Amino acid sequence: MKKIFSVFLALLLVFPLFACGKKEENVVNVYNWGEYIDESIFDDFEEQTGIRVNYKTFASNEMLYSSLKSGGSSYDVIIPSDYMAARMVEENMLLPLDYSQIPNMANLDAQYLNLEYDPQQLYTVPYMWGVTGIIYNTTMVDHPITSWMDLFTTDLTGQVLMFDNPRDCIGIALKALGYSFNTTSEDEITEAANLLIDQKEKGIVQAYVMDQIFDKMINNEAAIGTYYAGDYITMSEENPDLAFCIPSEGANLFVDAMCVPTVCENYDNAMAFINFMCSDDVVLRNCEETGYSTPSATALEQMDEEVSGNPVAYPASDILDNCETYGGLPSSTLSFYDHEWIRICLAKVKVH
Amino acid sequence: MKTKTPAIPYIVWMGIFVVIPLILIVIYAFTNFDGHFTLDNFSNIDVFLQVFGNSLWLALIATVICLLIAYPFAYLLAQEGPVFRKIAMLFIMLPMWMNFLLRTYAWMSILENNGFLNQFLGLFGIGPLHLINTDGAVVLGMVYNFLPFMILPIFSVIDKLDKRYIEAAQDLGANRRETFRRVIFPLSLPGVLSGIMMVFIPSISTFAISKLLGGGMSFLLGDLIEMQFLGAAYNPHLGSAIALMMLALVVIAMLIMNRFGDGEEGAVVM
Repeated sequence: MKKIFSVFLALLLVFPLFACGKKEENVVNVYNWGEYIDESIFDDFEEQTGIRVNYKTFASNEMLYSSLKSGGSSYDVIIPSDYMAARMVEENMLLPLDYSQIPNMANLDAQYLNLEYDPQQLYTVPYMWGVTGIIYNTTMVDHPITSWMDLFTTDLTGQVLMFDNPRDCIGIALKALGYSFNTTSEDEITEAANLLIDQKEKGIVQAYVMDQIFDKMINNEAAIGTYYAGDYITMSEENPDLAFCIPSEGANLFVDAMCVPTVCENYDNAMAFINFMCSDDVVLRNCEETGYSTPSATALEQMDEEVSGNPVAYPASDILDNCETYGGLPSSTLSFYDHEWIRICLAKVKVH
Repeated sequence: MKTKTPAIPYIVWMGIFVVIPLILIVIYAFTNFDGHFTLDNFSNIDVFLQVFGNSLWLALIATVICLLIAYPFAYLLAQEGPVFRKIAMLFIMLPMWMNFLLRTYAWMSILENNGFLNQFLGLFGIGPLHLINTDGAVVLGMVYNFLPFMILPIFSVIDKLDKRYIEAAQDLGANRRETFRRVIFPLSLPGVLSGIMMVFIPSISTFAISKLLGGGMSFLLGDLIEMQFLGAAYNPHLGSAIALMMLALVVIAMLIMNRFGDGEEGAVVM
């Protein structure tokens, strides 16, 4: 009896491992950034199509990449940013889309199609776009902010929040120095890293953060930081003293795109979901919830003018022309980024 | 044979969740992306020496502080009556019912420049002190989160001490200090050693605490390993190699500790 019990217990322990593999009928597994959708649309989708949405979120492109690379997960729709989509295309991680099943694609503005991360428009449907920039507190900064270089001046000592990831953080220093976000020159990347190390050693940086910036900017904990325009709109609703600036050197213009990974198990459901996400009503609700900008021309027409005329969400075209998207970088350059990032992380504050 | 059967579920559990992952780490650490054997992952480890040093140092400080707080507490608690003990135990365990990240987030809002602590000190005209985003805040986070793991083993050892040893020492003319130094303390060493291990190991491998309370200003081993999996360059092979080095470091530390504990029965984790 004891023996049977033990074997049973052992099976019980192992069972969940296999249970995960069980296939559920008529679902679509969606993997998206955190706080990047209006989750109430899932019920409408199920009502319209009978397909249930399994929704999970990730915190960074790299996290999405590594969970696909390490296997074991099956997603039907993923929403990486442009540079990560480019990397995935290159590494054959995405399936071509069947655009005949996505008629709502016609709603999208052509200027967001055929971009450099998917020149032939085979693998992606743009979901949202936006720019990075400088968020600052007008009661704590006494001069106008116009340039990335403003983040490196000593009059803001201890008040600066920087991105806590190598690509964005080093990218800002590259732009401040007048280089491209997509440079592969190790000398330029080293120069940018040295600028960041100097900034840290002088005590200018308060912290390196991602979503913690919401609390810190809303509570006047820091005077100035770098983040995404859409999130600035969310923050400024809580703290009206906050202002946003797209630096004169140009910022990062990013497009997050819906893709289908090769591990997809419900291809037709994925197409239906992507199509649904491009319908005007859903686009409007997602924009309202997230504060990010839509590539849909038809939805933009229906949008409240206060939103569509907001220069933070929809900057003038000459400002956008000055912005640069992230391209895919060769793996040697990515390793070098990590190498320089460790140097930055290990630098110590010298004055305080 | 008869006695081994009930152990099967545990053996299966350990096999799946301890042994197999460990073997995978070793395999990853000694291979490259093409799956060929290589030692390259270990060749640039000198770049990371400073990270190892940083982590070791902070974990060591946190462990010493935990020990200094936990030992007197556990000792005094063991002298108390059952009701007081139960209440004290409840208060030690209570924070652990909450999520670890939530507790660390709470410290963030306490330590910030406009946080609760500085607002409170401001009432008396002190500060504001620069507390968050420093190594000190990271150590505080470690001590706060891992202190119960030091108190509990020490308490359980002192509590189960055979009171006749203490009586014998007193009968033989030892005063209180001598009884403590020559009887109670040596006998409680196994608890101290397990406590040290249970604080030191999570401290040296943490990455959430240094992210939230250190603001990315102090860079620890856990951050370094996380970066190999979630950084710009996805390199699980290098990540595994560093994790293996950390494992070696911990094993060495444990062996040294075990030598100190020689002669005491092995309540130590190993």
